[in-house]
Amino acid sequence: MALLQIAEPGESSAPHEHRLAVGIDLGTTNSLVATVRSGLAVVLSDELGRPLLPSVVRYLTDGSAEVGYEAQARQALDPRNTIVSVKRFMGRGLGDIAHRESLPYHFDDAPGMVRLLTAAGRKSPVEVSAEILRVLRLRAEAALAGPLLGAVITVPAYFDDAQRQATKDAARLAGLPVLRLLNEPTAAAIAYGLDNAAEGVYAVYDLGGGTFDISILRLSRGIFEVLATGGDSALGGDDFDQRIFCWIIEAARLKPLSVEDARMLLTRAREAKEYLTFHGSAPICARLDSGEAVDLTLSTEVFTEITRTLVAKTIQPVKKALRDAGLSVADVKGVVMVGGATRMPQIQRAVGEFFRQQPLNNLDPEKVVAIGAATQANLLAGNRVSGDDWLLLDVIPLSLGIETMGGLVEKIIPRNSTIPAARAQEFTTFRDGQTALAIHVVQGERELVSDCRSLARFELRGIPPMVAGAARIRVTFQVDADGLLSVTAREQTSGVEASTVVKPSYGLSDDEIAGMLKDSLLHVRDDAQRRALKEAQVEAQRLIEAVRSAIDADAELLSADELSRIQNELTRLQALSLSDSRRQIVLAMDDLEAETKAFASRRMDKSIRRAFAGRKIGELDSQLTAEKTGEAV
Amino acid sequence: MSTAMSPEPSRRILGETMQLTDDFFALFEMPRAFRIDPSELERRYHERQAQVHPDRFASAGDTERRLSLQWATRINEAYQTLRRPLSRAKYLLQLAQHDIASESNLAMPTDFLVEQMEWREAIAEARAAADHHGLEHLHHRLHHDLQERYGEVAALLDDRHDFAEAADRVRRLMFLEKLLFEIDEAIVVSEEQASG
Repeated sequence: MALLQIAEPGESSAPHEHRLAVGIDLGTTNSLVATVRSGLAVVLSDELGRPLLPSVVRYLTDGSAEVGYEAQARQALDPRNTIVSVKRFMGRGLGDIAHRESLPYHFDDAPGMVRLLTAAGRKSPVEVSAEILRVLRLRAEAALAGPLLGAVITVPAYFDDAQRQATKDAARLAGLPVLRLLNEPTAAAIAYGLDNAAEGVYAVYDLGGGTFDISILRLSRGIFEVLATGGDSALGGDDFDQRIFCWIIEAARLKPLSVEDARMLLTRAREAKEYLTFHGSAPICARLDSGEAVDLTLSTEVFTEITRTLVAKTIQPVKKALRDAGLSVADVKGVVMVGGATRMPQIQRAVGEFFRQQPLNNLDPEKVVAIGAATQANLLAGNRVSGDDWLLLDVIPLSLGIETMGGLVEKIIPRNSTIPAARAQEFTTFRDGQTALAIHVVQGERELVSDCRSLARFELRGIPPMVAGAARIRVTFQVDADGLLSVTAREQTSGVEASTVVKPSYGLSDDEIAGMLKDSLLHVRDDAQRRALKEAQVEAQRLIEAVRSAIDADAELLSADELSRIQNELTRLQALSLSDSRRQIVLAMDDLEAETKAFASRRMDKSIRRAFAGRKIGELDSQLTAEKTGEAV
Repeated sequence: MSTAMSPEPSRRILGETMQLTDDFFALFEMPRAFRIDPSELERRYHERQAQVHPDRFASAGDTERRLSLQWATRINEAYQTLRRPLSRAKYLLQLAQHDIASESNLAMPTDFLVEQMEWREAIAEARAAADHHGLEHLHHRLHHDLQERYGEVAALLDDRHDFAEAADRVRRLMFLEKLLFEIDEAIVVSEEQASG
């Protein structure tokens, strides 16, 4: 695990070895897995040659699950146990779910995240998503003939911390190591930008099945910089289906529907929406269980009219993101369209009118996110050579803050901050002798705590008794490159310190995940233990290779004694790496890691120094120029 | 490490180990001055981030991943601080031990406060009338005013090294930047109303 990629960031230490990494677009309606093969990003199809996997999971009474087309085909017959659009429930409580009265599921309100009662038991949205990810993992492993180093999984840019954490948990449950959570519009920008050698400011308009994102990026040679992002994590193509569904009920004057009929009519609504992309009107015919017949025609004009407010709802965040980026419509060089829902003519028209230019549709809007994710996964796995790589600078979509007196929010990290980011703020006690402080972490733009999403609550205890206002409690927020937050609080007076770290997990504790992992292993189709051993062997080999190439590059940073100790551990791990004991391998890896820790720090220092070196002359020049010209502020 | 406020090129010896605790100008190896070349700052920011960003260490060990996160975070913080003129000026004052909050003359002169009240009244009127054009006009006027004031701050910090006076100007700029923010918020609201 150690010392990889320092010699030349992004460069494979062993150029002939290609590390297996994939990009996964875990969509509301459909999911895809893609990889880079012979320098080309390709979507991996199933055994019948179908690239998409419908994001549909059907639970059976024997505890197993059907995923994809199989499940989709049965959704009208078994709507209660067939979960569609589960992405809408990720990291969400029951109260957050729109139109839940018209959904056929048995919801179970649980603190943090909602649960679904199915024939196979009580399921968290994380478990349902993990079923989808597991199928994609198996598909990739079969296609690539080996265990994966890891995956880049895409999430809507506007996903909050709870939704991101839930996605990461789902990957863990599916046995997928996560290289990075990547924002969907950013993934699309990578695919588009690299394909077209694009330079300048681009907008990515991403309307998926259940989420809407807008991202404004500046593309320049080798750099993808997100300037601002916005959106609505509960607005997508599904809502257009819902509008048609309501129109059908009204136009055909239908009585209250059974769940089976409702599911069937929703499917008819979706088909009509897709038909209208290429035709002026769509026939909608169905025979219901109740014996009633539906025979309607939906025209483009009516469809446009009943969805006008939905289209308008996407334009507001676009304006806000542009303003946040400090730009106007005239600055935008191109608008990349992403997501199947952008095929709708009224969307194309509205976006074109707003940006005063024809939107770019030259990439398949359904595949572009997975292609971008695979490309980024290939980079993160170290398969690109130096000079042929790029830097991605992304942002957090929503402000992070803390509850203060009176239910108000004190923002600590503002939205659109480039990640990774950290900010510390000092707070104090308000009562004499107060020894504990409750800390409530929230996310959102509103001023009242009740209008923001609650992420985590924790207590800092052991504060020495003091008069009110004397304690100094430093709360530090750290957002990592996945956009995930961790919070530390520390009281720092008279040498007394207390600190705690919180990793919000939204109703899914580590114990719960461990339990789910165990349950899921009862149903796995592959031998989990053999798999774990195989993974450990691959990991060990990678570590050995990384340490060797680090020694090749920077042996002078080690004393003779250190070098020989590392060599010893290397030899030991090499011998053990072929053994059948996963435990022994993992322990030997830990030993080698420990032995190379100081080496790793020194190499990082050296790497950082290099960022400063090699430009002595040019630098003096530019500083003199800067001095002469001054700066226009 | 250079400690003076002089705009001379840094005397830092290249090859010396960089520390996470180095000041933000040192991190970018730029002279400690208010007048900076923004495109050069951006270029150096990208260059350093390309070396330390967590994406470079996605499949590395825990030690590197942690170090990379710390460095990338620090470099982002440094860039965000130096990029904007107000935070850059505040940071320079902080480095020169002139904490703007602890200055004795926290009270603003009357003429400045009167001016503030006039601005606020103008904003409130335009907001109440949903006068989008009026708000845009206020934005441009204030923006222009800010440019001039930053020019004065530049001279105070870089040429005359008059930190006490600079601190006073920066405090006013904090008020004015907040005003500009409020105007922009009002513009957003008026746009939302206009589009229903």
